[in-house]
Amino acid sequence: MITIENLTKKFGGITAVEGLTFQVKEGEAFGFLGPNGAGKTTTIRMLCCLISKSGGEATIGAYHIGKSADSLQIRKMIGLVPDNVGLYDDLTAFENLDFYGKLYECPEGRRKENIERFLKMLDLWERKDARAGSFSKGMKQKLALARALVHEPKILFMDEPTANLDPESAKTVRDFILELKKQGRTIFLNTHNLDKAQRVCDRIGIIKTKLLTIGTPEQLRESRSKPKTEIRLAQVTENMLSTLRKLIPNKIEVSDNKLLIDVTDPDKENPAIIAAIASTGGQVREVTQMVPTLEDVYLQIVKETK
Amino acid sequence: MRISKAWIVATKDMKIFLRKKYLIYSLVALPLIIGIGLPLVLHLVGAKKQALNGTALLSVINAFSFFFGIGAGVLPIILASYSLVGEKIEKSLEPLLATPITDSELLLGKSIAAFIPSVCAIYISSIFFMGLSDLWTHNILGYSYFPNWNIGLILLAVVPLSALLSIGWSVIVSSRATDVRAAQLQSTLIIIPFFVIYIMTEIGAITLGTKTIGIISGVILVADIILFFLSTKTFQREEILTKWT
Repeated sequence: MITIENLTKKFGGITAVEGLTFQVKEGEAFGFLGPNGAGKTTTIRMLCCLISKSGGEATIGAYHIGKSADSLQIRKMIGLVPDNVGLYDDLTAFENLDFYGKLYECPEGRRKENIERFLKMLDLWERKDARAGSFSKGMKQKLALARALVHEPKILFMDEPTANLDPESAKTVRDFILELKKQGRTIFLNTHNLDKAQRVCDRIGIIKTKLLTIGTPEQLRESRSKPKTEIRLAQVTENMLSTLRKLIPNKIEVSDNKLLIDVTDPDKENPAIIAAIASTGGQVREVTQMVPTLEDVYLQIVKETK
Repeated sequence: MRISKAWIVATKDMKIFLRKKYLIYSLVALPLIIGIGLPLVLHLVGAKKQALNGTALLSVINAFSFFFGIGAGVLPIILASYSLVGEKIEKSLEPLLATPITDSELLLGKSIAAFIPSVCAIYISSIFFMGLSDLWTHNILGYSYFPNWNIGLILLAVVPLSALLSIGWSVIVSSRATDVRAAQLQSTLIIIPFFVIYIMTEIGAITLGTKTIGIISGVILVADIILFFLSTKTFQREEILTKWT
C-alpha cells in the first residue's frame, strides 16, 4: 500500500529525512517512533503530498508522491490527523465534518451517514451542534479523528494523536484506532508513546533522520535487549558474588540487596543461580524475570546514534 | 480549477464571518457611513444651509462617489486578513491542504469569501447614497444627479477592481503576519493611493470624469494582475506549511 524508497527531504542545508526505505502493507498498523525533530512529521507531510520530496521515491497505492497529477488522487484516498487538530472553532462539530466531507466529494447521503456514525462512535453525537471552540482538548482530538475519516479513507495518517491528552481521552482514542485496525484500514501512526505503539502497531520503525530499525514490537525487543534476572536477597555477601561470578561470567549488577544478572537462557540459568546463592547461605526473597520493554529498545537505539 | 471546490471554501468562510461580531460591524459600519453619512453631510452642509452652489455641490458629490472605491479597498482587507491569518491561528491549514483541493482553488475560495460580502455591502450602500443624495440635492440642482456614467463606472469597474487589489495585497501581507489585526493594519497601506485620488479631486487637482475613472480603473487592473501573480506565488502549499505556520 505504501512503498518508500530512499526518500529524502532537505530544507536548505538541513537534512530532515534521509534515505528512508520501507513498506507498509494494506491493513497494517505501522508505528513511526523517534525523538523530536527526527523527521516523523516531515515524512507524513511528504506522504500526504503536503510538501515536496528532495529525493527518492514513494508510492501510495498506484500513485507517486511528487507527481502533481497523482497528488490529488493520493489526497482523496488518505485521511490525516495532524499534531495540531486545526478545527474551525466557530463552526459546530457537524459543520466542521460536513465541510471536509464536501471537500472530499463525499455524496451528501453518505456524508451525513458517516458524520453521524463517527460522532456516535466517538461519543460526540450529543454535541454535534456545539461549536468546536467549546470542546475540551480530548473532544477536539476525537473530532479531528472523525474529520479524517468522514470520507472513509483507505489510509489514515496520524501525527501524535494522543499527545497532551488525559489518560481517559487517550484510551478512547487508542481504542478507536484499534477499532479502525480491526476494520482493515491501513494506519500510519507517528508517536512518542511507546506503550501505545506496542499495543496498536503491527510493525514499528524507529527514525532519527534515517530509519534506524524496523520490525514487529517482539522482533525489536528480541533483537536489542538481553533478558535479565532480578534477585532480591536478605543480604548480598562477597562470598556469594565470587561464587556467582565463577558460575556465570555475565554482567552482575549489585544494588542494595538486589542482584541484576544478564542471562541468555533464563529457564536453564535461573535454577543454577538460585542453587549457587543457596549454597553460600544466601536467603532469596524474590526472583523476577525482567522482560525488556520497547522503551528499553527505543532508548538503546536512539542512544547509539548520539 | 474546479469552481465548486472554491465555493465550498468560500461558503465556509462566509459562515464564519457571520459568527464574528466585529467582522459584521465592520461590514455594516463603513457602508453605512458612505451610504447614509456622506449624503447627510451634503444635506446638512450643502443643501440645507445653502453653503454650496450647484457647481461646488456637483464637485463634492463626485468626490464623495469615489469613497466607494476606497470602501471596496478597505472591506476585503478586513475579511481576507481574517480568513487567511485566522487559518494560521487555528492551525487549520494542514488538514485543509491535505484534502483534494489545489492551491489555486483554495486561494480562489478565500478571494470569493472576501469579495462577495464586501462588494455586496458597497452596492447596497450605493443605493442609499444615490437615493439620499438625489433627495437632498434635487432642490439645488433642479434634477436628480444619480444615476450617471461616473457612478456607473465607479461601481462596475473601480469597486470590483479595488476589491481584488486589496485581496491580492492581503494574501501577501498575511503570509508574513501572525496576528489578524497586524495583517489588517499593514494591508490598509494599499488604500493610500485611493485617498490621494480623493484629496486631489477635492482640491480640484483632477476632475473625476469618465475618462479619469477609466484611467484609474486601467491602473488598478494592471496592479491587480501584478498582485495576482505575486499572491499565487506566495500561496504555495509548501510555502504555507513550512513558512506561514
